[in-house]
Amino acid sequence: MYEFVRGPLVWIAFLGFFGGLAYRFVAMARLARKDKVVYRTYDAKYGARSILHWVVPFAGVNMRMRPLYTLLSYAFHVCVLVTPVFLLAHVVLWRESWGVSWWSLPEGVADIMTLAVIFACLFFMIRRLVRPEVRNVSYLSDFLLALLVMAPFITGFAAHHQWLPYRMTLVVHIVSGALWLLLIPWTRLVHMMWFPFTRAYMGSEFGAVRHARDW
Amino acid sequence: MADLQDMQVIDPGVDESIAKLTPERIERTINRVLTQESAARLEVYLQTCVHCGLCADSCQSYISRDKDPDFAPVAKVKDTLWEMVERKGKVDGEFLHNAARIAFLECGACRRCSMYCPFGIDISYLIMTVRRILNLLGVVPQYLQDTTNSHAVTMNQMWVQQDDWIDTLMWQEEDARAELAGTRIPLDKEGAEIMYSVIGPEPKILAQLIANMAIIFKVAGADWTMPSTDGWDNSNMAMYSGDFETMGRVERLHWERAMQLKVKRVVMGECGHAYRGAVYDGPRYLGWTEPPIPMVHAVEFYYELLTTGRLKIVRKIEEPVTVQDPCNIVRGRGLHEKLRYIVNALCEDFRDMEPRYEHNYCCQAGGGLINCGPPWKLSRMKSNRIKADQIRETGAHTVITPCHNCHSGIEDIIGYYKLGAHVNFISELLIKCIEIPQA
Repeated sequence: MYEFVRGPLVWIAFLGFFGGLAYRFVAMARLARKDKVVYRTYDAKYGARSILHWVVPFAGVNMRMRPLYTLLSYAFHVCVLVTPVFLLAHVVLWRESWGVSWWSLPEGVADIMTLAVIFACLFFMIRRLVRPEVRNVSYLSDFLLALLVMAPFITGFAAHHQWLPYRMTLVVHIVSGALWLLLIPWTRLVHMMWFPFTRAYMGSEFGAVRHARDW
Repeated sequence: MADLQDMQVIDPGVDESIAKLTPERIERTINRVLTQESAARLEVYLQTCVHCGLCADSCQSYISRDKDPDFAPVAKVKDTLWEMVERKGKVDGEFLHNAARIAFLECGACRRCSMYCPFGIDISYLIMTVRRILNLLGVVPQYLQDTTNSHAVTMNQMWVQQDDWIDTLMWQEEDARAELAGTRIPLDKEGAEIMYSVIGPEPKILAQLIANMAIIFKVAGADWTMPSTDGWDNSNMAMYSGDFETMGRVERLHWERAMQLKVKRVVMGECGHAYRGAVYDGPRYLGWTEPPIPMVHAVEFYYELLTTGRLKIVRKIEEPVTVQDPCNIVRGRGLHEKLRYIVNALCEDFRDMEPRYEHNYCCQAGGGLINCGPPWKLSRMKSNRIKADQIRETGAHTVITPCHNCHSGIEDIIGYYKLGAHVNFISELLIKCIEIPQA
């Protein structure tokens, strides 16, 4: 079992993840030709201006209106992207498998970042339950997606600290991680790929067409 | 919870049309728009929205209705488009009635929410897609549909007949000449520098605005003309009722008339949605990147006349004034600084609203809302209490706004919330303040 999840499943997960994103991207790029305004509206300057204002914390009005949410959201997104790539245990695996090696996070920092992801996901789920305007548009799938994102982090943390039988925890960890990667292109998690495009499009409409700011 | 009073509004354009629909037609129409008429933007927006609700606090109707979750922008999409997609077009009459109420009355397509969505999802585009579906089903509030019918038949919004149009211009020319000798409204002057275009309601109910403008042109020494035939109306309610074919005809005729007159630019009166239609929604529908000749909004034109000294201010308005930023020329064209330059030049005591500029709240009248008529007025008033609070806080007696929809919408709000103020177009104040040399 461990051999399978450590070997073929990881390959399936990465191929599925990158292949899925590539497929969605190409399909959307073709569909965008049907949408008369899309390509000719994109403007490099105003697109970049908009992205910049929405990746820098507190650069937009809405972010300043809700400081706690902004902080947690930024912490979550940085940690969820950085931790899996630069975790020491993962860096070791990259080296063993492909002979490539890069910088890794100090273990204590990685622990804190993992807890940040878990805590932020819990916060997002609780927010879905207690804020009426969010509860109103929350579906079961929204909670399942949050759990899906949390799962590799919880199991990875448990495996690292060896709270549960190590091998079994590791298998669950890898399976949940693979599932997460495989589902990104086919769920709302695909927003990780569309963000720069939707943002740049709105930035271009506001900046180049409407001569106004969009943050 | 949706407001029961609003839910019970009966509008023949909505309810009688729904009664005539078959489930097959509803399904076919919805799926046609979702698969044939829309493409990448709709797909990406539907896939990307993570249901975070961060758009809620941007909407004047959500804020004004005590943060009722049903009035958050995302909820308006959920209760219309998401359901249509989810049910693959199999929705019933009750659903369509509610969808029409949301799409035509609770969203002014002002785009404020796009500035609050972290992804920049164009929520107003999604609501316009719902309006398009409803339009193809014939489910459009009766008063709004009437303006669209008028556009389709007469090429202007208010059923103004050809002889009425010319007669109104001649009457206004006479009035203007009483104020300033030698003032003219030149018709069809080929090769003039400027074609001046107005919206249908000006000749119909606010004709004195045309005389004001004639005087301003005369004082400024402008070389201008107005078309004597169809194409003089730059307004476009078809754009908001979802009848994009009629929208395209209206915009094309307006630009064709300007091209025939061989003018260098079109100056338009104080209106917001007409600017949107003429400068981007219309040209885009017609497959043009830009209008064939430059469109200059009245605010830009007044700014130009004041900064170049062609108009001289000799007296100022003393009572406290504030400004309503119209979404289509502020969020839609960044004219807020020029607008404030003009207001400061004309008024002693200018008190700005908070929030302002691109972040100003919509008047809840533009986007076709006020054109849905009396049945829906109470619902509009309830959805913009925040605007009344904004105006009250400034303590201003006059609200200046260079937009017809804002003008009528703010008048309604002032009356309903008893604010004791009144609304003015800039041209009405300009006429009082500028030096008018008598020959």
